Amino acid sequence: MNINLDETTFAKLLKANAERYGDAKAALRSKTRGIWQAISWKQYYERVKSFSLGLTTLGVKPGDTVAVIGNNRPASLFAVIGTQAAGGVPLCLYQDSTAAELALLLENFDVRYVVAEDQEQVDKVLEVRSRLSALAGVIYCDPRGMRHYRDAALISFDELLRQGGLHDEQHPGAFEQGIALGRGDDVAIICLSSGTTGAPKGALLSYRNLLGMAISLNQADPKRDSDEFVSFLPMAWFGEQMVSLGSALLAGFTVNFPEKPDTVMVDLREIGPHIIFSPPRVWEGIAASVQVRIMDTTPFKRFMYNTFMPMGERVAELRLAGKPVPLGAKLMYALGHVCLFRALRDRLGLSRVRSALTGGSALGPDVFKFFHAIGVNLKQVYGLTEVSGVTCIHPDGDIQGTTVGKPLSGNEIAISSAGEILLKGPGIFQGYYKDAEATAATVTDGWLHSGDAGYVDANGHLVVIDRLRDVLELPDGSPCAPQFVESKLKFSPYIKEAVVIGRGRPYLTALVCIDGRIVGKWAGENKISYTTYSDLTSKPEVAAFVEKELQRINQELPAANRIKRFALLYKDLDADEDELTRTGKVRRTVVEERYRDIIEGLYQEMSGMPVDVTIPLQDGKSARINTTVHFRNL
Amino acid sequence: MVQLSCTDIQLNFGGVRALSGVSFEVTRGDIFAIIGPNGAGKSSMLNCISGVYHPQKGKVVFEENDITALPPYQRSKMGIARSFQNIALFKGMTVIDNLMIGRHLHQHAGLIQGGMFYGPAQAEEIKNREYVEEIIEFLSIQSIRKKVVGTLPYGYQKRVELARALALEPKILLLDEPMAGMNLEEKEDMSRFIIDTNEERGVTVIMIEHDMGVVMDISHAVCVLDFGKKIAGGTPEEVQQDPHVIKAYLGEEDV
Repeated sequence: MNINLDETTFAKLLKANAERYGDAKAALRSKTRGIWQAISWKQYYERVKSFSLGLTTLGVKPGDTVAVIGNNRPASLFAVIGTQAAGGVPLCLYQDSTAAELALLLENFDVRYVVAEDQEQVDKVLEVRSRLSALAGVIYCDPRGMRHYRDAALISFDELLRQGGLHDEQHPGAFEQGIALGRGDDVAIICLSSGTTGAPKGALLSYRNLLGMAISLNQADPKRDSDEFVSFLPMAWFGEQMVSLGSALLAGFTVNFPEKPDTVMVDLREIGPHIIFSPPRVWEGIAASVQVRIMDTTPFKRFMYNTFMPMGERVAELRLAGKPVPLGAKLMYALGHVCLFRALRDRLGLSRVRSALTGGSALGPDVFKFFHAIGVNLKQVYGLTEVSGVTCIHPDGDIQGTTVGKPLSGNEIAISSAGEILLKGPGIFQGYYKDAEATAATVTDGWLHSGDAGYVDANGHLVVIDRLRDVLELPDGSPCAPQFVESKLKFSPYIKEAVVIGRGRPYLTALVCIDGRIVGKWAGENKISYTTYSDLTSKPEVAAFVEKELQRINQELPAANRIKRFALLYKDLDADEDELTRTGKVRRTVVEERYRDIIEGLYQEMSGMPVDVTIPLQDGKSARINTTVHFRNL
Repeated sequence: MVQLSCTDIQLNFGGVRALSGVSFEVTRGDIFAIIGPNGAGKSSMLNCISGVYHPQKGKVVFEENDITALPPYQRSKMGIARSFQNIALFKGMTVIDNLMIGRHLHQHAGLIQGGMFYGPAQAEEIKNREYVEEIIEFLSIQSIRKKVVGTLPYGYQKRVELARALALEPKILLLDEPMAGMNLEEKEDMSRFIIDTNEERGVTVIMIEHDMGVVMDISHAVCVLDFGKKIAGGTPEEVQQDPHVIKAYLGEEDV
């Protein structure tokens, strides 16, 4: 398909697909009563049309912001493209945001209408409505529990579609005329940046940005219209919008929606997607779940796993290094494929996956090796929301666990004198929403400052070290990327999160969050009784156990990058308390500030310290934690 | 409108008088709570309504039919379903299978038709499965629909038990301590499901519950039993102020 980037918008692409595929091909699929139900391209177009005209009847004017919040479902896509077709600008928000976070975002982006999934989201918006002068109404999708709401600002999604349909009958052709006015340089979406340093900013991306990037990504990593994709990551994450909107409209593949957030693994297996684009967190989660389940399984299965997995990893190492695989190893790998890898891939829903991408932050080399060992051609991509997602990707046959690949066609990379990665390409954004200052600081002379430190290796691959401001200088003067050490630590199934500290310090230390479920299981098996997560972390046996685990990991690290002391945190890091971003990245400054006493304690050679804090719980109540944090030497 | 009335119920186990002279009326569309200290006769009362026990004296009238003498299965046919205090599911079967058994009343295919699984029998199975799926969605237990019940955590099993009772398409739902042994979050979920069952599906609910917070929050009418006798009845507010109730729950100060 030839795409004219001056003219093309999502609505026009959707119309073209509806004309091309009609009712013959599924565009979207979701479950009703436990059975997958397809929405054809024609139906997709009709719904978008009704929604869009519905918005027009409500009085949405060009340039108005419409926020979409809720779990992924077809209605989210109807709302996004429908808003664009009505001239508005869609903004996807994280469904687990607190009411206070929502208030801030809805206010900053002058949101006129909110498309909310259900009562939970509606309640959050209504709670903070008094602060939102621009807000004109809330459109809700699921009527469950809404029967007593008598608020004039509330409109049901179905009612809006009905009104849109009526409008279409009275003004036939109005919708088509409307979308014909769209231009490639119009703002398509506002997308939240990840916000590791502060409140998320809104990046304005045009159709030219999004489609230009999707086209160059398609060249490096082709997608077909017979492909399947499962949309299970928050729509607010740029990667999800990139695949389920841009790429799907361009390539015409089917986007599937999980039934419920807790059925994702089952739905993945049922669909068997060809395309997966996830942040490292998801891949790490899959790898960890395999390791945990192997601990629980029958001795025979464990034997098979322990026999074939190291072999698979050896073969993966050879292949990734570009070295020839000896015949014997090849034969054993084939046997491993029959006995283990095939079944394992099927269990994980990865049987058919062709395009497996990870992006958003760094993926540990061990996880990377794991997937290559079981035969998933996992590729790293590198990019930012501000460049419409992807700048670099591993070319097929040239995949290296430590790099993020080469620039896509039409993209350039450069390294500044300070060691910062600079990017240039068709995807560079239009600027931050109402923040010209930040925009000017980010883009200079057409180069986008990524804020990441990196270098280009001998093969022309980009290597990302860490966030520029996070890179430490060790006492011997050598640089150290905390992210690299952390990802090694996190590969242990017992460690959920780790924050490595060492700026201006004589040695490296780590704050470690254990995985409560898995360590809890270990504690149960070893007859260590405990009540809560914080009680578990205060057990000396647990600290000793984690110490052994860290000693093992330390052996795999370069001598200068080894952890000297660590503390077990008494609680998980939590996005509701600003310690993580909504995408699960650590907000280092917040963590270092909040746990300053513990960090000081680590460097003062204390053996432990008492903690007495009150933390807020999800339901608005708070809990008091009174415990002891142990410090251990390694 | 009165949907169910119990008049002067008396139930003896040998020489033990479990219920004596208990009378109350349940209005259609209400959530009706039966409360009282341990051993007050609450479960016995529920069993008299479901037909497990037959009172020696008194009358149970459901939608203008005297059902005092009817066996339990006929009462379920008329639209009375129940859940149990101690979970009584088929632990070795999946959630779906447990719910499909709840649809038993609505399945009419005989042995041969069902065995051939063709024509009407198949159509009936599909129709019932659809109903079951609707309940699964209603109680949001999609993630466990194919799990074996015995492997599920307690809170989920309680929810499955409610689901099975709903699969009967009851007019009245009898719940025996639906929130026993649950933590706060599970109780909040369960309360929400009971209210939704009552309001969205229009099912009258009669429940026994010990958590007074829940009872006072969600029920429309309350009946208080103590030592087999009804000591108070009315709206939650009225019952809370009743001196007899305070005495039964808190005891009396020795003078």
